[in-house]
Amino acid sequence: MARNGQNGQGAISIRNVTKIYDPEGVHVVAMQDCSFEIAAGEFAVIVGPSGCGKTTLLNAIAGFDNITAGEIYLDGELISSPQKQIKPNVDRMVVFQNGALFPWKTVMENIIYGPIVQGRMKKSEAIQIAREMLNQVGLNEIESKYPEELSSGVQRRVEILRAMINEPRVVMLDEPFRGLDAVAKTVMHEFLMNIYCTRPRTMFFITHDLDEAIFLGNKVVIMTTRPAQVKKIVCVNMPWPREHHILGSETYLGLKKEVLEAVHEEAKKAFEAGEREMA
Amino acid sequence: MNYTVKEERVALNRPKLRIIDPPVFRAIIGILVFLGLWYLLTAVLKLPRFKLLPDPIAVIKEWVSFKPLSGRSLFTKEYYLDIEYSVARTLIAFLLATIFGVLLGLFMGWNRIFYDFTFPMVEILRPMPPLSWIPLAVLIFPGVEIAVVYVTFIAAFFATVMNTLLGVFSIDRNYFLAAKCLGSRPRDIFFNVIVPGSLPFIFTGLQIAMGLSWMSLVAGEIIAGQRGLGYAIYEGSSLYQYEQVISYMFTLGILGYISSAGIRAVGRRLMAWEARRRGV
Amino acid sequence: MKKLKKVFNIRVLRGIISIVIFVGLWQLVVFVKVPYLKNLPYPKEVALDGISAAGTKIYWLNWEISLIRIFIGFIAAQLIGIPLGLAMGVSRKFKDFTFPVFEILRPIPPIAWIPIAILFWPTRELSIYFLVFIGAFSIIVINVLQGVSNISVSLKWAASSLGARPKDIFWRIMIPGSLPSIVTGMTVGMGVTWNVLIAAEMIAGQNGLGRMTWEAYTNYNIPLIVVGMVSIGVAGYLCSSLIRWLGERAMPWKKRF
Repeated sequence: MARNGQNGQGAISIRNVTKIYDPEGVHVVAMQDCSFEIAAGEFAVIVGPSGCGKTTLLNAIAGFDNITAGEIYLDGELISSPQKQIKPNVDRMVVFQNGALFPWKTVMENIIYGPIVQGRMKKSEAIQIAREMLNQVGLNEIESKYPEELSSGVQRRVEILRAMINEPRVVMLDEPFRGLDAVAKTVMHEFLMNIYCTRPRTMFFITHDLDEAIFLGNKVVIMTTRPAQVKKIVCVNMPWPREHHILGSETYLGLKKEVLEAVHEEAKKAFEAGEREMA
Repeated sequence: MNYTVKEERVALNRPKLRIIDPPVFRAIIGILVFLGLWYLLTAVLKLPRFKLLPDPIAVIKEWVSFKPLSGRSLFTKEYYLDIEYSVARTLIAFLLATIFGVLLGLFMGWNRIFYDFTFPMVEILRPMPPLSWIPLAVLIFPGVEIAVVYVTFIAAFFATVMNTLLGVFSIDRNYFLAAKCLGSRPRDIFFNVIVPGSLPFIFTGLQIAMGLSWMSLVAGEIIAGQRGLGYAIYEGSSLYQYEQVISYMFTLGILGYISSAGIRAVGRRLMAWEARRRGV
Repeated sequence: MKKLKKVFNIRVLRGIISIVIFVGLWQLVVFVKVPYLKNLPYPKEVALDGISAAGTKIYWLNWEISLIRIFIGFIAAQLIGIPLGLAMGVSRKFKDFTFPVFEILRPIPPIAWIPIAILFWPTRELSIYFLVFIGAFSIIVINVLQGVSNISVSLKWAASSLGARPKDIFWRIMIPGSLPSIVTGMTVGMGVTWNVLIAAEMIAGQNGLGRMTWEAYTNYNIPLIVVGMVSIGVAGYLCSSLIRWLGERAMPWKKRF
């Protein structure tokens, strides 16, 4: 837990959050009385059955959507409650499920968009920083390409850099590596770990992939099937930076068993409830 | 041994391929068959009704004649004057329609309240075919010139508005959310998400608008115009100069083709990201 | 009560206000005599003229005549255009032969065909059908062609691996696969068709809604011109709605909104 953000910011507190979609009509309870804490600088991974309300929670924290009951705090400041909803801003950056790099901007234009639009940097300054970031991760030759000329793995990395350059307090990633093959995923994990170690931030990472969850996270939050609540929180006490061979270690296998059991129980429940998708 | 044989085959094939690239060859055949059929029906077989039409050779003769019967051919000043009038009218109307149509469409897509207030008005006026405006336009506006330009404008305007609006609605919601996360003000979202995101649809709309513009222009010129290609077509037909009528129809076709090619070229310039993606 | 609330929400209210503003502006523009627009009739005059026109037999006869012309020309264009587009999409060779000719004729505005149509066809009525046909024809061909070429190859492969013969692939894959573009082509074509019809009726017709509007013009009856325009707009709108409705029926797998 020692890995705090540079300024010790980014603690998220989720207290008794309930979200009901269309209360007068279909009445879908996406989350019910859900509470947990994410410490500043912590890498939290959220896992749970499909459609259980993980993205609902992300939307609430990001300020895209309101909640029906409860409160969400960021560093002690109320950011979301039924009465109040702080609009999306650079504190809480989101990396989207299907990717949201602007296809009409080059890689460089995408990355420097945030700092320039906020008036935080001059263009030349932003370009310099962006170049440094791209160099660091070995992506220096793509700055004038358009996103759709790149592989989806590279697109995801650029999108993460676009988020990081704004120095947010929290980075939220909604299944960012979904649809990548196993090899590409390994590369992505090392990339993300690299970023996390050099620029520590609070991470809010949603995934289906349990290996990914344990490999990356220092806290794995397992959600129940809908309505989402916290089923179990598993702490992963393995040192950083992690190498892939830890996937064979005793500690890892023990953790995986623990997580798997909890997830499987929920997946079965979800399946029995008529939900066809599994974790 | 085998190797040399292959080499020879390639060498033999190459010039052959270049001369008659099958699609080009077929295209030429297709066009020749069309012209031949036209000639056959009108000049050789002289079938009933068909014999009333001029044959292709007569059309071409008239088109390139130094002393055309109709007074209008490639080598007369009159021909280019007609083109100039029509092009100028279309261009003015089209540019006005683009400016106002794109702006209106973008604002409607940008602001929900503005959309709610303006969309019903657009929906009332839009289903009226542009050409049904001709009589009213001629009566309201001083001078036929403005009326013709107005009718051409109306045709292009609604196509542009509707496509721009569709373009804004086609933008993935995530781009808006991402832009908000990155700290954009509404103005930034307008210029960095809405405008570029709707460009592909805007250009589809402009393409359609250009086609409609030419159509309305011709109708406007026939019904109300003085000068211009449409007017000349009508005049030609009342003087039984059907060779000239057909040469003018093709002239209109060529101009229409050039103008949509122009729009496509501008579109490719403005949407480098689309062009490059297709290139990959 | 709840239902009423849902229908009568703020957005519907804005729509109604918008239309009221539109009519109000129209009234105002004529009332304060804005240059040029002051020649417009008041909305009330148009409404009264419309009501009295709707009471006459000739008005509905014009409707009937115009609708018949649209349907004959339009359906002929579909009957010839759809098979042609399919053939071009299925056979590369056929497309190579025919498409260039098509591309030469396509950019010619349909209305420029009027003199030739009048010359060629023995009756005015036939030449109007022909012009309507021309208006819808190239659009449907282009759309069908695009539709066929957009069908994914894997669908065809999947069908052949399930034992489909070429005939089955044509009827079960190509036809339904290009249906969305056929409907798009019909919708766009319907719009153009009304344009062409109106021009043709004004220039060459003896009756129909376009001619009615034109005669109002020659009699300098401005309210009746507007009545004509509105009638044409309504007729065009009805025709497009019909096509959309047919499209939804034909493609139950496609949700439209």
